[in-house]
Amino acid sequence: MSDAMSVAATATHVEHVGHEKLGFVRTYIFSTDHKMIARQFLFLGLFMMILGGLMALMIRWELAWPETQVPGTRWIPEPFMTDGYMNPSFYNQLFTMHATIMVFFVVMPILVGCFGNLLIPLMIGARDMAFPVLNMLSFWVGAVSGVVMLAGFFVPGGHAAGGWTSYAPLTAVTQYTGVNWGQNIWCISLIILGISSLMGSINYITTIVNMRAPGMTFFRMPLVIWSLFIVAILLLLALPVLTSALAMLLLDRMAGTSFFLPAGGGEPLLWQHLFWFFGHPEVYILILPAMGIGSDILAVFARKPIFGYRAMAFSMIGIAFLSWIVWGHHMFQSGMSPALGTGFMISTMVIAVPSAIKTFNWLGTLWGGSIRYTTPMLNALAFVSMFVIGGLSGIYMASTPVDIFIHDTYYIVAHIHYVVFGGSVFGIFAAIYYWFPKMFGRMMNETLGKIHFWPTFIAFNCTFFPMHILGIGGHMRRIYNPMQYEFLQPLQPVNVFITVSAIGLGLAQIPFVINFFWSLFAGKKAERNPWKANTLEWVAPSPPPHGNFDTIPVVYRGPYEYSSPEVAEDYLPQNRPLVSAQVAAAH
Amino acid sequence: MMSWLPENVSTYGKDIDRLFYLIYYITGATFLLVAVTMVAFLILYRHREGRPARYTHGNTTLEIIWTIVPAVILVVLSFMSQATWGHVKGHMPPADVHVQVTAKQFNWEVTYPGPDGKLGTQDDLEMENEVHVPVNKVIIVHLKSKDVIHSFFLPNFRLKQDAVPGREIQAWFQATKPGRYELPCAELCGFGHSGMRGWVYVHPADEYDKWVKEHWPSA
Repeated sequence: MSDAMSVAATATHVEHVGHEKLGFVRTYIFSTDHKMIARQFLFLGLFMMILGGLMALMIRWELAWPETQVPGTRWIPEPFMTDGYMNPSFYNQLFTMHATIMVFFVVMPILVGCFGNLLIPLMIGARDMAFPVLNMLSFWVGAVSGVVMLAGFFVPGGHAAGGWTSYAPLTAVTQYTGVNWGQNIWCISLIILGISSLMGSINYITTIVNMRAPGMTFFRMPLVIWSLFIVAILLLLALPVLTSALAMLLLDRMAGTSFFLPAGGGEPLLWQHLFWFFGHPEVYILILPAMGIGSDILAVFARKPIFGYRAMAFSMIGIAFLSWIVWGHHMFQSGMSPALGTGFMISTMVIAVPSAIKTFNWLGTLWGGSIRYTTPMLNALAFVSMFVIGGLSGIYMASTPVDIFIHDTYYIVAHIHYVVFGGSVFGIFAAIYYWFPKMFGRMMNETLGKIHFWPTFIAFNCTFFPMHILGIGGHMRRIYNPMQYEFLQPLQPVNVFITVSAIGLGLAQIPFVINFFWSLFAGKKAERNPWKANTLEWVAPSPPPHGNFDTIPVVYRGPYEYSSPEVAEDYLPQNRPLVSAQVAAAH
Repeated sequence: MMSWLPENVSTYGKDIDRLFYLIYYITGATFLLVAVTMVAFLILYRHREGRPARYTHGNTTLEIIWTIVPAVILVVLSFMSQATWGHVKGHMPPADVHVQVTAKQFNWEVTYPGPDGKLGTQDDLEMENEVHVPVNKVIIVHLKSKDVIHSFFLPNFRLKQDAVPGREIQAWFQATKPGRYELPCAELCGFGHSGMRGWVYVHPADEYDKWVKEHWPSA
């Protein structure tokens, strides 16, 4: 404590902040170092992932063996569970919080919070973020938001039970769900999280625009930085819309306004328009960083330049623009004018094109490569192939007539999990295995990595692919007991199969947890550039000290010069001067 | 996989199913193309000593091809979808029978207009969770909600339409086969959402007349 205070007292005198010794609190808790903040976001996200995963397993148990005792849950008190039997309102709370946690407290903190923080300064050759204190605040405000969100389980009436999409008026009036403070807390937590994301995104944009190393032009940036740059812009523009909608919902609930209540002249569909105007850019916020990560890792382990670098960058920019005009495809059956449905169908079909371009360019990157099957590469390949399925299944919903049938069925659940688990979460795994050495200075174990990857990949497909079948059978989302419906009873074996696979998917994460913590303390020490990669983070020591680089690197070329004929080795780091490159740079 | 679709018993259901199949074949073929190519590349181009990777940054012709081809397919798919979309949701055919369905937590209140064919008159009849309609006739459903958003879902008719409080939304269908079909709510509507369901009874013409006589003996 006194250490921290003396540091604070002397900090004003220290001009060069790279080398002072900080106390425990400033190093590990209220750190302004982007790498420490990245680690904090990672631990927050992984902890929340365990909670969200356990909730998913409870949901799955209920669907496979409805209204039976859920093993190991007798300790959960009324009104959630009665002696291990789940109450329907708790089921609704579980799927609401599963999605809320996975979207807002797992994928966003890890992909954007952790890897945004870790990679942006390191890959553009900066010593830290533009606003380190704002960066620290961004994490701590996010952590407060997480605590507030979890607190919702401990208030009378239980947590929010209106789905993560929180459609009004179900969520606007307490008596409709029986949930009072749970819903308020859900709104308040996400408003706080919005502030955190806003601080993060301003920081990312400023850093990328202003702090690139000499020679690091925009079109020499790695694609993962492109993706994070675009995501930061989307966050900056989309989150205020969610925050406004949440404020309106809170006012309807607590101050007697009627924004979404028809009795007072309000409009229920207004909520959906506002939510999805945020929500559709949001799903691209979840997937774009994984696309960037996948692109970088594919190039490194195929030992080839990324195929069509500019097409990759422009297709992400295209997705960013189009993501603002597709929100209505969530509302085809909502009572919105069918003519609007037509417009949104066309824009939605068009947004599939940039995703197709990216997929073909990933294939192009593999073509003629010299592929190394490391754990990060396996996860990146899983990302590409699962994203293909998730992308293709989206075309069904884009077609308005087919959507009439599959809207609000398990087809949608299958689709979103192929994109967010198959896409984003395999992207997360790829990124953790790949950047772990830079982050913690030690390598993760390859054997354990493969023991984690293969069962995860297989169990993932056994869990989520049959959900397409349920959807085609007409199985609705968010129902607590499918056996209540005659037409769903023949589908019950599929539900059982999914649940058994989901339990397998959960168990398959144990090797990852073991590998993560074992490697953290006892993994092989990592050299600066263990993967022989080109980008700037590998120029810094592993892990990089405060200030990152011994000297700020100068960039001579793009990030993907693998197997270049100019050098004998199969890689050519961005900062290595060559005579011909220097000549080229001078022109 | 498509054999899991519930039996179709509406006139436009086959158009929707046809599109469903079309997209299934297109996406299935695309997936196979991508998956086979990927697996082939993963085997052919695995790392082997002494064989360097090909140094290339891309190919503009290929970029143009794989931008234009998917774009054309998707735009054509949009236009094909539009025909069916306009038919099902974009227009209302002249009605043979009107039914008002008012959703509430957690029931469907079904109001029949009676012999005068007008809703909101003396001879209206109300039933819970039972929709009785004649086969081969155009039925227009006037959808309302008393509390939250519900969704009127007829899996066998390929019809889904949200019921939104504060407004009336019309939807139509024409049954092709007599029988008893489930009518679940497809939009989360509270703790009783699961289990909120009714039945649609599609009667042959004579049986329907008998049903009408039973309920409106004076007519």
